[in-house]
Amino acid sequence: MNQDISRRNLLNFAAVAPLGGAISATKIASAGRSNVNATQSRARKRIQELHLPNVPLVSHEGNEVLFYDDLVKDKIVTINFFYSRCNEICPIVMANLVKVQKILGDQVGRQIQMYSITLKPEQDDLDAIREYRSALRAGPGWTFFTGKTANIDKIRRGIGFTYPDPAIDRDVTQHIGNVRYGNEPLMLWAACPGQAHTEWVAESFEWMVHPETNRVQKP
Amino acid sequence: MYFNVFGEKVSRKRYKEMENAAKNRRELIAAGLTSRRDLVKMGLLTAGGMLVCKSGLSARAYGQQQTIPPSGSNQLCLPGNQAASPMTTPFVDPLPIMPIASQTPLKNLNPAPTICPNTAGGEVRAACHQAPELNMSMFPFPAPVVYQMKQQAFTTRHSPSLPPQTIWGFNDGTHGAVSPGPTYQAFYGTPQMTRNINALPRLNQNGGFGMPSVTTHLHNAHNPSESDGNPCDFYSAGHFADQYYPNVLAGFNSTSPPNGDINESLSTLWYHDHRVDFTSQNTYKGLLGFYCLFNEFDTGNENTGFHLPSFPQFDIPLAFADKVYDSDGLLAFDLFTLDGIIGDKFLVNGKIQPFFNVEPRRYRFRLLDTGPSRFYEFFLTDLNNLNATNQFWVIANDGNLLPNPVQVQSVRIGVAERVDIIIDFSQFGGKTIYLENRLLQFNGQGPVPPQGFTAPHFGPPAECADSNGNILSDILPAGHGNLLLQFRVSSKAVKDGSVNPATNPTFYQLPSTNTPPRIVRTFKFDRLNGQWSINGQFMDCNEFRFTVSQNSSEQWILTNLTGDWTHPIHIHLEEHQILSRNGAPPTLAVERSRKDVTQLHPNERVQLFFRFRDWVGKYPIHCHNVVHEDHAMMALWHVLPNGGDNINVP
Repeated sequence: MNQDISRRNLLNFAAVAPLGGAISATKIASAGRSNVNATQSRARKRIQELHLPNVPLVSHEGNEVLFYDDLVKDKIVTINFFYSRCNEICPIVMANLVKVQKILGDQVGRQIQMYSITLKPEQDDLDAIREYRSALRAGPGWTFFTGKTANIDKIRRGIGFTYPDPAIDRDVTQHIGNVRYGNEPLMLWAACPGQAHTEWVAESFEWMVHPETNRVQKP
Repeated sequence: MYFNVFGEKVSRKRYKEMENAAKNRRELIAAGLTSRRDLVKMGLLTAGGMLVCKSGLSARAYGQQQTIPPSGSNQLCLPGNQAASPMTTPFVDPLPIMPIASQTPLKNLNPAPTICPNTAGGEVRAACHQAPELNMSMFPFPAPVVYQMKQQAFTTRHSPSLPPQTIWGFNDGTHGAVSPGPTYQAFYGTPQMTRNINALPRLNQNGGFGMPSVTTHLHNAHNPSESDGNPCDFYSAGHFADQYYPNVLAGFNSTSPPNGDINESLSTLWYHDHRVDFTSQNTYKGLLGFYCLFNEFDTGNENTGFHLPSFPQFDIPLAFADKVYDSDGLLAFDLFTLDGIIGDKFLVNGKIQPFFNVEPRRYRFRLLDTGPSRFYEFFLTDLNNLNATNQFWVIANDGNLLPNPVQVQSVRIGVAERVDIIIDFSQFGGKTIYLENRLLQFNGQGPVPPQGFTAPHFGPPAECADSNGNILSDILPAGHGNLLLQFRVSSKAVKDGSVNPATNPTFYQLPSTNTPPRIVRTFKFDRLNGQWSINGQFMDCNEFRFTVSQNSSEQWILTNLTGDWTHPIHIHLEEHQILSRNGAPPTLAVERSRKDVTQLHPNERVQLFFRFRDWVGKYPIHCHNVVHEDHAMMALWHVLPNGGDNINVP
């Protein structure tokens, strides 16, 4: 179902009408045209290989899933990290994401998949993440994960939530509070602070659904 | 007695080894073998050799499939984690000179331009043009000079050693799409307008990175906010924005009517994409160019005015960029770093390590660091005489002519900073000279600290460090840095009509900073759980953090709370002067200048003087390490008539 939706989105993007008159539709240099599709699939594969490891996780529903194949491929996603006994940054970020989910409404679960992954799987077994998730009252479409420490660390490093200083990087209490957001088939990836204003975080996530958005900020 | 480059005593045997290694290295460069991986492969890199830790300090090892190091990790200096773009042969391509932008006849603009945004016609602009509404005779509409720039994909080569790259550039309708884009040749007193059209490819054709959604900022222009290219105003393919550039001196509508303060003259500006959260990708992909602004003194003709070398023959814009290529030789971008991107290939005006044939006379070069995250310290190097001190003149900082030229051996700039220099090649007739970056930087944090730097977890390669494995200087020895551009100096003497900086010509005076500030504001740059922040808050396009009163003076204190990080901080609309760094006036002569980007060094507190004049509207302050900028190290503020607030820590 998700795949269908992302295909539909791609069709929508293609349907954005260029202006008439002097402004013509985009012309790709003819030298590049034949390679466009090959370049796209190559670049996508490389991003997967370097940043989106296909390692197993377990969802709060108890399903064993592969990070790339099942969670990210062909989808619009948000990814962040937490652990249930974290009482500094996590409660702030997670409470913010609860509000973000409310703003996004039923886009979450349909167009946008929200993922939160524990950084302390040794503490956070299935029961712990289930309990944490229901305490937050996270809605459908927002899935929580645990798994093997090594696999979770691969994902964290893959999506760049690291510090250059290894000592800080090892200190879980200082873990990165950003939320990675992306549209995997379109290779659009960015991140925003999990503590940023709720409406702005929601607006940022929506760019992945509607990247053709125009915007002005009134002075 | 023999000494190594760190001033340590070494044995005669060791000294001979060093000498041989340096000689070997020069031969290798001559043979075009400069990739570290190749040297390792060929067994040419010895532990004791003085071969530089030159190429291969990238944020990610795109060239090799291997364990992923932490993004921007210091461990990248370890051979195993070294990024390795494919080998490229340096100094084969001539330096590209960007074409001068061609004007467009007004009748070619379809739909015709309007003072207020033509939303129905596909325009995306925040407000009506302030300039013609303020004074139609000074700022006529339509402007007397009109350009139409299409931002589009095109295919080019960055090196003969690499395959063609499809990147993004600007097409002025005459020269086809190029990157860097065409250079604007603009004049004070002649307002101009650019229609910036987004004609970028469809969303499913970005080739791996880049957001085809744009807003084009004219960096350092004294521009009304609706034409500034604000990060929060952006538009997708098939849409456009008309940007009105008044080319008017600051103060024209406030402190120095009617024409502004000549001492606020700007000269080297640049334009670049500023799309919030995606600026790093889009500028890396090519959306940038120069904008040179002339007046009756800085004329572009060496026979008039200040007699600076003539544009464009002897006055050359140079855009520096460091990039990474994957194992297929295609441009790669790390979409997943929070720290910054350090490339191992160095481009000047869109070519990797080009050469430039010059005459033995004076040239003006406008050096621009286009990022994404690297700082440069430029030296002139003669590989056949590494002990020589080769001096040149700095005449402008951030495009602002200094009161007088300053003679230097090197000059350092961060992302988005510019420095205009004069090199007199008459001293190098018949020789080959290099512009070399000798600044040591491993990751997005900025250059390594200047002295006594011990970082055991760095594991610096032997050639980067002393015998104890420590790095003792942020400046690499001559010939051991990144050779950026090769000058081949002709031996045939030529006429030089340009001013000799040694005669100490006077350019502009620094405007007074004695005006008492209406308010002093403090900006604390910090990282909170990995989230880049200003005063503990994060970028939000929907929020103006504070309000400046039109035509008022303010002092801003920039404070660095991020430990060892250096941040190039940029503020739109008006230039500033640095009053102090950690309480003391700036010691560098070149910093006694007007600025629009100020380097905020580790543990520093920098005090800036501003006047916010003439225009109203919204502008940002942000870190110009574009990766930090894209991760919310930015704040939006605005200028209103008599609207200033009293928020000291916005």
